[in-house]
Amino acid sequence: MSKWSLVTKGFVKDNPTFVLVLGMCPTLATTTSAINGLEMGLATLFVLVLSNIAISALAPLVPDKVHIPVYIVVIATFVTVLQLVMQAYAPGAYATLGLFIPLIVVNCIVLGRAEAFANKNTVVDSALDGLGIGLGFTLSLTVIGLVREILGSGSAFGFKFIPGDGMLAFVMAPGAFIVLGYLMVLFNKYLKKK
Amino acid sequence: MEYLLIIISAIFVNNILLSQFLGICPFLGVSNKLSTATGMSGAVCFVITLATIVTYLINKYLLLPFGLEFLQTIAFILVIAALVQIVEIVLKKISPSLYQALGIFLPLITTNCAVLGVAITVVTKEFSLGGAEAHLLNLGQATVYALATSVGYGIAMILFAGLREHLAGNHVPEAFKGLPIALITVGIMAMAFLGFSGIV
Repeated sequence: MSKWSLVTKGFVKDNPTFVLVLGMCPTLATTTSAINGLEMGLATLFVLVLSNIAISALAPLVPDKVHIPVYIVVIATFVTVLQLVMQAYAPGAYATLGLFIPLIVVNCIVLGRAEAFANKNTVVDSALDGLGIGLGFTLSLTVIGLVREILGSGSAFGFKFIPGDGMLAFVMAPGAFIVLGYLMVLFNKYLKKK
Repeated sequence: MEYLLIIISAIFVNNILLSQFLGICPFLGVSNKLSTATGMSGAVCFVITLATIVTYLINKYLLLPFGLEFLQTIAFILVIAALVQIVEIVLKKISPSLYQALGIFLPLITTNCAVLGVAITVVTKEFSLGGAEAHLLNLGQATVYALATSVGYGIAMILFAGLREHLAGNHVPEAFKGLPIALITVGIMAMAFLGFSGIV
């Protein structure tokens, strides 16, 4: 597999949200607006790239029996780093995303990539894989956030272009499930390779 | 009175699945059949309550006195993983029948974000109950909160499994098959649960 396709596969072919259906909790919870989705995606991207690099470097040293706990500790370490970095440089985003930043530890995408890719590939390939999947995740979250923001509050990336309140249900819980469901339908119909 | 408020708020108003979006992966994964959904709910209920009590005590008596709050995420996930293992071993020894019923679901629970989510919420979020000043929960309230939350998880899961069993027999357009139609159904269920907001 060429290096370039490692990065691009996350957009459509191995899209973590619409094809692999991983990491549903942050996908549904944080996409109340395009910006929030983007921030959550970038936070996950950060952890994904670093944990993929560390795990691919550590994998030959880790005994098979304890590999899952070791991976979880590695991931939890990078999540803690992310929490401290965000508290210092992006306190606004840290407050909005709240609980879902520490919960990146149990995001199946991160552990999934460690198990499926990073532990049997080189450091460079694993970093690119993390980047690709992370970008795919960021893209899907931004799209879902954008759709919900347009329908729910009549704005896009914070710029209001439809006056009035919008359909509030789309910013609240039911809208998350319904928008994701319909986007998945469109994805299945038009983009997924048969 | 405040216990009642916590219970109603955790089960209906702030349902963990339908309004806080925690534990969605296992929710979508095992809700195909009513019997597996019931088993999973039982296991989650047990682990969330136990894990919350243990992490609450660890946070209060180990992390806070030594100023180690930044280790919360790592400490909690390790405690939960170890706890699930211990519960599995103990259940196997003490109550083989309960182990049979919950057994296969236990390993899955470590990565259920509902467990870590509730553990972190309880020690960080301030609750204001019945107009009183916002404050952190004490151990009793935390336990009741964890138990009520997991009961809410179970209720949503079992209701949805019932709906999904009916969905399976219906004719659904090709592109909607599987997850999309399930997600849209959950959306409508979440809309129904929105009706509870404003009670507490």
